[in-house]
Amino acid sequence: MNLRSPLSHVLGSGSAKEGTDHWWAQRVTALGLVFLGLWFLFALQQLESFDHAQVVRWVSQPFAGVMLVLLCLTLAYHSVLGIQVIIEDYVHGAFLKVASLILSKFAHIFVAFAGVYAVLKISFGADL
Amino acid sequence: MTNEGRPLSPFLSVYRWPITMTLSILHRVTGAGLSLGLVVLTLWLISAASGSAAYAQFYGLLQTAAGRLLLIAWSFAFFFHLSNGVRHLVWDVGRGFEKSQANASAWFVLVLTFVMTLSFWFVV
Repeated sequence: MNLRSPLSHVLGSGSAKEGTDHWWAQRVTALGLVFLGLWFLFALQQLESFDHAQVVRWVSQPFAGVMLVLLCLTLAYHSVLGIQVIIEDYVHGAFLKVASLILSKFAHIFVAFAGVYAVLKISFGADL
Repeated sequence: MTNEGRPLSPFLSVYRWPITMTLSILHRVTGAGLSLGLVVLTLWLISAASGSAAYAQFYGLLQTAAGRLLLIAWSFAFFFHLSNGVRHLVWDVGRGFEKSQANASAWFVLVLTFVMTLSFWFVV
């Protein structure tokens, strides 16, 4: 006898309500990072110098700015998923595990927004 | 109840060390290292957005011997995690699971990582 409701049956979720989201997000961000990551290292290699003026000129180009914002966000997303798995594997004890998971999430969101803020500030022509 | 003397399922130490195990561990280690690299990348962008003095100070740190060594290590970690990540994506579509294929792709990833790291730093 199946005690599951028709809705629950058609949604196909177990009691956790999710399961493949994490796996999928990790793969899709990985695919995105293949392009973003290779672009980033290639762009770094193309820079004539790493002077402040040169770097600011590069970041303020529209294409570079968009790519850098995407890179910051996708890296942080991919990283938070990976660090989550590492914490779940090695940090035991309910309190310590939940605390480090939340700390990791806060830290990643902070880093992501800091990177985006820096790129946008340069892109929108702040007088540096 | 004590666990002493009870039979254990075979764990890592009973197997001959395969190359695929090294890559699996390296994938996690480089992933964690690259998360730290993300912090440095963000600091670099923030320093650039903070003005030339702040940028010069942070860039100076990257130019020390330790800084250069870390940058080389991060580039190695990036190229490894990238190529081994693609190896994982190939597995995810159900290909390359034969033992011989997994061993061959492992060595291929290692060689590719060294080639990409060296060409990044030495080929302009």
